[in-house]
Amino acid sequence: MIKVRRLVKTFGPKPVLRGLDFQVSKGEFVALLGPNGAGKTTFLRILATLSRPKMGEVIVAGHQLPAEAAAVRRRLGVVSHQPLLYGDLSAEQNLRFYGWMYGVGELDRRIDEVLHLIGLNPRRRDLVRQFSRGMQQRLAIGRAILHRPDILLFDEPHTGLDQEAAAMLDQVLREIASTGRTVVMTSHDISRAADLADRVDILSKGIITASESTDALDPIQLTELYRAVTRV
Amino acid sequence: MPPTTDLVVQKIETRADGSLRAYLRSIAAIVWKDLAAEFRSRELIGAMLVFSALVILIFNFALELDIRTREAVTSGVLWVTFAFAGTLGLNRSMAIEKDRGCLDGLLLAPVDRNAIFFGKAIGNLFFMLIVEAIILPMYSVLYNVNLFQPGLILVILLGSIGYTAVGTLLASMAVQARTRDVLLPILLFPVLIPLLLAAVKASNGFLMGFEMAEIMPWINVMIAYDVIFIAVAFMVFDFIVEE
Repeated sequence: MIKVRRLVKTFGPKPVLRGLDFQVSKGEFVALLGPNGAGKTTFLRILATLSRPKMGEVIVAGHQLPAEAAAVRRRLGVVSHQPLLYGDLSAEQNLRFYGWMYGVGELDRRIDEVLHLIGLNPRRRDLVRQFSRGMQQRLAIGRAILHRPDILLFDEPHTGLDQEAAAMLDQVLREIASTGRTVVMTSHDISRAADLADRVDILSKGIITASESTDALDPIQLTELYRAVTRV
Repeated sequence: MPPTTDLVVQKIETRADGSLRAYLRSIAAIVWKDLAAEFRSRELIGAMLVFSALVILIFNFALELDIRTREAVTSGVLWVTFAFAGTLGLNRSMAIEKDRGCLDGLLLAPVDRNAIFFGKAIGNLFFMLIVEAIILPMYSVLYNVNLFQPGLILVILLGSIGYTAVGTLLASMAVQARTRDVLLPILLFPVLIPLLLAAVKASNGFLMGFEMAEIMPWINVMIAYDVIFIAVAFMVFDFIVEE
């Protein structure tokens, strides 16, 4: 579903991604771990068509990036640490706006479905700026899945959430993963990544330095591996 | 056919292939979103209105003028007011998109990115016209000058279209910078000089009762400016918002 070969990205003279190779199969949930500055967000932004690679091959859902970015965007749902929501619109208005942008059919019914899935139906008419961080993040997931994408990219979705909100977000992520969607999630939380994902890749200094199935390693072994390959 | 014209025609033909409805729907969605958010918060129009009202009040007290001189300075005072109030609106309009990462949300949508420009520009034009519709009668009362002339309204409309087209384009560039509040006026006003000059001259012509033959060249300059800058924005917006 996602195939990346020898990806290079620089900001000015500073290299961020240095020949990264990465592959995700259809329906797979991959967690991308790595220290700050490893290039996780940059990599996700390239997959999300928000940033252009300098060199290398990026194929998402059979489409080459950046040439076929518009076709890829239709297949993608993206959640970042910012909610990408308008504070002065209600939850329902935010979803309606994005529904129009994506050309979602039977929009009223789809908005109802999504609001029920993320547990925000009772608050649908409330302004987003009145929402807690956890509720905003759940609505951000609702926005990302509104157009029924088959690939979801999550950039540190648990950032700033308390334990209860993070657990609710985990529940929503599990439900999304169970529908057979391909998921790539960046995270700093090793045990959460091991719990949610099928595979964990570790990104360090612009390349993937380790890739392990979560069935093969428990969270303690994974933490040891992380420390070894990132030299923490 | 020159290459730039070729590019515009090619883009329009792509629209006509079947994505035109999606393109127009995206523009309408962005305008709706901006208006709905603004009518809830009233931040943008409120700031522009207060600023405009203060400027015309200060000018009214600062310049003690007879009726003939009032008519002569009206076009200058009006366009200074609109130009400076407009920058407040443009800055705020793009800051809303940037602050919560919403610009990424727009860029992630599977629509031609020019639709984002047109949606934002039309929204900004609405806000500017609303402020002008309130400021014009206020000015008429304070300065005892009749501003409700069809010709003058046309000049204000043409000027506002050009202003919001250039302003939205440059605000999209400035919003990426840390110093965006300072950067926008510095980028915007030099580019606006031909438009503001033509707008002041044409407005003055209508207020002073000049012949149409004297006013028309300035109106033509404004029309040409609007067309050129809308076409430029149509071609370059995609590159401006790209990382």
